[in-house]
Amino acid sequence: MTKINLKVDGVAYSDDVEPRTLLVHYLREQVGKIGTVVGCDTSNCGACTVDLDGQSVKSCTVLAVQADGGDVTTVEGLAENGTLSAVQQAFHDNHALQCGFCTPGMMMAVRDLLKNNPNPSEDEIREGIEGNLCRCTGYVNIVRAAQAAAAAGANA
Amino acid sequence: MTAVEQRAAEIGQARKRKEDHHLITGRTTWTDNTTLPGMLHIAMLRSPMAHARISSVDATEAKSRPGVVGVFTGQDFKDAQGSLPCAWAPDGLVNPGTPSIAVDQVNFAGEIVAVIAARSKAEAQDALEAIEVDYDPLPAVLNMEDAVKDGADRVHPATESNKIYTWEFESGAAGTGIPIQEAIDTAEVTIQRRFIQQRLIPAFMEPRSTVVQPIGEGVTMWSSTQIPHILRTLLAATLGIAEHHVRVIAPDVGGGFGGKIAVMPEEVLCTLIARTLNKPVKWTESRSESLLSAHHGRDQIQDITLTAKRDGTVTGLDVHLWADMGAYNRLFGPSVPVLGAFMYNAIYKFAAYRFVSEGVFTTKTPTDAYRGAGRPEATFAVERMMDELANELDMDPMDLRRKNWIAHEEFPFTTVAGLTYDSGNYEAATDKALELMGWDDLRREQAERRNRNDPVQLGLGISTFTEMCGLAPSRVLGSLAFGAGGWEHASIRMLATGKVEVVTGSSPHGQGHETAFSQIVADQLGVAFDDVEILHGDTQSSPKGLDSYGSRSLAVGGAALVKAAEKVIDKARQVAAHLLEASEDDLEFQNGSFSVKGSPGSSVSMGDIAFTTFLGHNLPDGMEPSLDADATYDPINFSFPHGTHLCAVDVDTETGFTKIRKYVCVDDVGVPINPLIIEGQVHGGLAQGIAQALYEEAVYDDAGNLTTGTFVDYTLPSAADLPTFTTARNETASTYNDLGVKGVGEAGTIASTPAVINAIVDALRPFGVNDVQMPATPERVWRAIHGAEKSDRAQYGTNAYGGPSTNTVDGGPS
Repeated sequence: MTKINLKVDGVAYSDDVEPRTLLVHYLREQVGKIGTVVGCDTSNCGACTVDLDGQSVKSCTVLAVQADGGDVTTVEGLAENGTLSAVQQAFHDNHALQCGFCTPGMMMAVRDLLKNNPNPSEDEIREGIEGNLCRCTGYVNIVRAAQAAAAAGANA
Repeated sequence: MTAVEQRAAEIGQARKRKEDHHLITGRTTWTDNTTLPGMLHIAMLRSPMAHARISSVDATEAKSRPGVVGVFTGQDFKDAQGSLPCAWAPDGLVNPGTPSIAVDQVNFAGEIVAVIAARSKAEAQDALEAIEVDYDPLPAVLNMEDAVKDGADRVHPATESNKIYTWEFESGAAGTGIPIQEAIDTAEVTIQRRFIQQRLIPAFMEPRSTVVQPIGEGVTMWSSTQIPHILRTLLAATLGIAEHHVRVIAPDVGGGFGGKIAVMPEEVLCTLIARTLNKPVKWTESRSESLLSAHHGRDQIQDITLTAKRDGTVTGLDVHLWADMGAYNRLFGPSVPVLGAFMYNAIYKFAAYRFVSEGVFTTKTPTDAYRGAGRPEATFAVERMMDELANELDMDPMDLRRKNWIAHEEFPFTTVAGLTYDSGNYEAATDKALELMGWDDLRREQAERRNRNDPVQLGLGISTFTEMCGLAPSRVLGSLAFGAGGWEHASIRMLATGKVEVVTGSSPHGQGHETAFSQIVADQLGVAFDDVEILHGDTQSSPKGLDSYGSRSLAVGGAALVKAAEKVIDKARQVAAHLLEASEDDLEFQNGSFSVKGSPGSSVSMGDIAFTTFLGHNLPDGMEPSLDADATYDPINFSFPHGTHLCAVDVDTETGFTKIRKYVCVDDVGVPINPLIIEGQVHGGLAQGIAQALYEEAVYDDAGNLTTGTFVDYTLPSAADLPTFTTARNETASTYNDLGVKGVGEAGTIASTPAVINAIVDALRPFGVNDVQMPATPERVWRAIHGAEKSDRAQYGTNAYGGPSTNTVDGGPS
C-alpha cells in the first residue's frame, strides 16, 4: 500500500492505495465519486475523463499514485453552489445526452477543449472530442452544446 | 372556484428533459454504483475455446486465494441453473437448452466456465488465473451454409443438425397476393443479389452490471436491463423461485439498443450465488467481456430475387435468409428475422412475396435483438434491390420508387405481407427531402465530376423506408408463436396536493420517458408539466409492464397513459358534478377544470378535486375516495413510421475512403410529442445505421475467436467520423392509437444503412461496381474499384460467410 494525498473536487483526501490501483477505481471505490464511470478497458471511450492539475486525463489510464499531490476535478465538481457550469447547462439546453453514461467524460472533454480553444469551429470540436464515444446522440447535439458553451464563455 | 387561464398544450413542445439534472451532475444510480453491506464481488472465467469438451475444472488453488469466498463451476449448478428462456417457440424449433454456465462442453469463446466470489473485485479478478480448466478441442463451426450440410460438425451433440428452424411466409398460400412462382415465371426482368448483414455488437456505453441481494425466500435484483418486468417473470421461472418473491430494479440504465433485452447468464448465476452464500453480490463486466459475451446482432446472409416488368413495375420479391443464432437460442434471437418478415415489401406494391428464414447454430456468441431487429435487414435488402433494378432499367432510382410506392390517398393499405399500414405520405416526405438536399444540384455536380474524372467521386443514395413499430398486438404475437403479449400498463395516482404520480410499465434507458410521458399526462389531466412524476423500472412500484424495445414505449405505453387518464377524468367528473351541483352530462372538461356548459364562470380544477377526494368529506354517495386509475392497453395494430433519407458521399477512388458529405432525412413519426427528443432519437439512430454501413463488424478468426473484442478493433464512430445531419419531419397521424403517434426509436438505424451503401455504389457505377460489402471500409471500396473480380474483391477482409455476391441480371452473370 502507498499513501497518497490529493484534492478531489476541492476536498483533501489522504488514502492508502495499492500501487496498481487506477485513478478511476480510486475515485469510485475509495472516494465515492461514482459520477465518474468506466466504459471500456482500452482508453478508447473517454467515459472516465477527469481533470488532473488542469489537464484532461482518462482516469482509467492514470494510476492513483500518479495523482499524488494533485488536484482532481470530476463531473461532481463542475456545478458551483448548485449552479450548473456553462458546459452542463449547454448539455441540458441542447439535449446533448440521452442515457447519460458518456456524459461526465464528454463534458470534461468539452470543458478541456474550450479551455484550450475558446472559439472552436465545428471540425475542431469534432476532432477535439473524438477520444470520447457516445452511442446515443450521434454527436450532433453534443457539438451544438459545445458551440453553445463556447458562446456562453465556458472557458472563462 | 374560478376560471383557469388557457394553458398551452404540452404535446408538441420541445421540453428540455427532466432526466438530465442527475446525469449532468454525476448523481447517478448506475447498477455498478450500488454497494451493499457485506457485498461480495463476482468475476467470470470465460472459455478461450470456441468449441470444446470440458474434461476437468480444478478450483482448489483459487479457493485458497486471498479474499476468495467461493468458486463455482458448472457441476455446482448443473441442476439448479435450468435453461435460459427463449420466448419464441414455433412448432419444430430445435432448442437443446441454454446453460448459464457450461457443464461439460463450451460452445462459444466467452462462455462462462467458472465463477469466483470474493471480498473485492480485484481479489475476484486475480483469482481467475488460479482455476485450471482442461479442454478437449472440438471443431469450430463458423460458416452457416457449411454448418447445415450433411455430415457437418455439430455445435450441440444432442441435435440432429445445426439447423434450428425454417420459417416461411408466401403470399399465394396466405391469400395476401399472387403466388411467388407466378411472379417468377412471368418476370420480364429478374434481379438476384446476395447481401451480407454483418455481425454487429450493440455496444451500449454502460457495461452490463447486476447486483443481487437475497431477501427472505427470494431476491432483489438491480440490473442494467431493458426488461425488468420480463426479467422478473423469467428469472423466477428459470430458477423455480416464486415470482412474487423476486423484485427487479432497473435503475439508471446506460443504453441498450436491444443489447439489454436478455435474461443474462450472469443474472442467473449471481442469483444462484447470492442465495447459496446468503450474501449480496455484484458483477460488472469489462468492455472486452461485454463485446465478447453480451449478445450480438444481425449476422444474416440474404439471397434476394426481385421480379419486375420492363416498365419498372415491381411484381415479386423472394427472400431467403440464413440467420446465425450463434451457439444458443437466446430470448428473442431466433425470432429476430421474423420481426422483419413482414417488412421486405416495404412501401412498394408487390403482387407476390415470399420470405423464408432458416436459423443456424454456430460456435459464436449468441445473437439477439439489436436496434431495429429484423427491419434494418429488410429495409437494406429492398432499398438496395430498388437501386439495382433502377440501374438495370436505366431509370432514375427515385422515379422507380415513385412508380411503385403506395400513394398517400391509398391508406389504409393492406400489403402483400398482410399488414395494414395506418397512414403516410411518401410523396410529401420525399419532396421535402429532395429540396433540403439540393438533390438536382448534386446530380449536376456528380455528372460534372464524372466527366472530368475527378479522383473523388460523388455518390447519391436513397432510402425510402417504413417500419413496423409499437410492438405489438398480443393476438399477433400469439399467432407468431411468441410466449408473451404486447400490451402495456399505466397507472395514475392523484396526490392530495394535486401532484400526479404516473407509473409506467415501459422501462427507459435514455429515451426520455419522464419528459415525454409528463407532457402527455399534463395535457390529459390539464395539470402542469412539473407537477407530474413518472415512475418506472422497479417491479415493486411498477408491478406490471412489458418494458421498452421495438419502438413501443410511446405507441403502446403512451397510449396506455391516455386510457388511464380517461378513467381518472371519469372519476373526477363525478366529484365535479357533486361540487358544482350539476349533472355530469352538463359538464365540460377543459384546461384541467370542469365547468358547467354555458356558465364557464363556475369551475373546479383537478387540484381541487384531488384534495376534495383526499379529504373524503364531501363526495357523491357511494363513491370511494380515490381518483386513481390503471389501464392495460393492448394495441389493435402496429404503427408504421416512414421517411425519405438521402445521403451524399465523397468516395476517394485512389484510397477507397468514403466521407459523408451531407445527410438529409424527413421522417414521419406521426404526431410529435417532443420534437427535441425525436430529433435526438433520429440522430442516434442514424449514427448506428451509418456505423453498420461504414465502420462496424464483429470478426471471428478461423478458430472461432472474436478478433474485435475491444473498442480498438470494434470501431464505433466518433464525432470526427460523422457529419451534422439535416433532419426534418412530415406528419401524418397514426389512426390506431389515441395520440396519433408512431414511434421513432429505431427509424434512423433502419433507414440509413442502405442510403449510405446506395450512395457509395452510385459513386462507383462508372467503375462497374454493383455492390460493396459492409462495412464499406477503404480497403473494400478500393478493392471493389481496382480488383479484377470486382464483386469478389469487394468482400475481401471479411470472415467466412459462404460465397461471393451473385450478380445476375436476366438470367446471366453481368
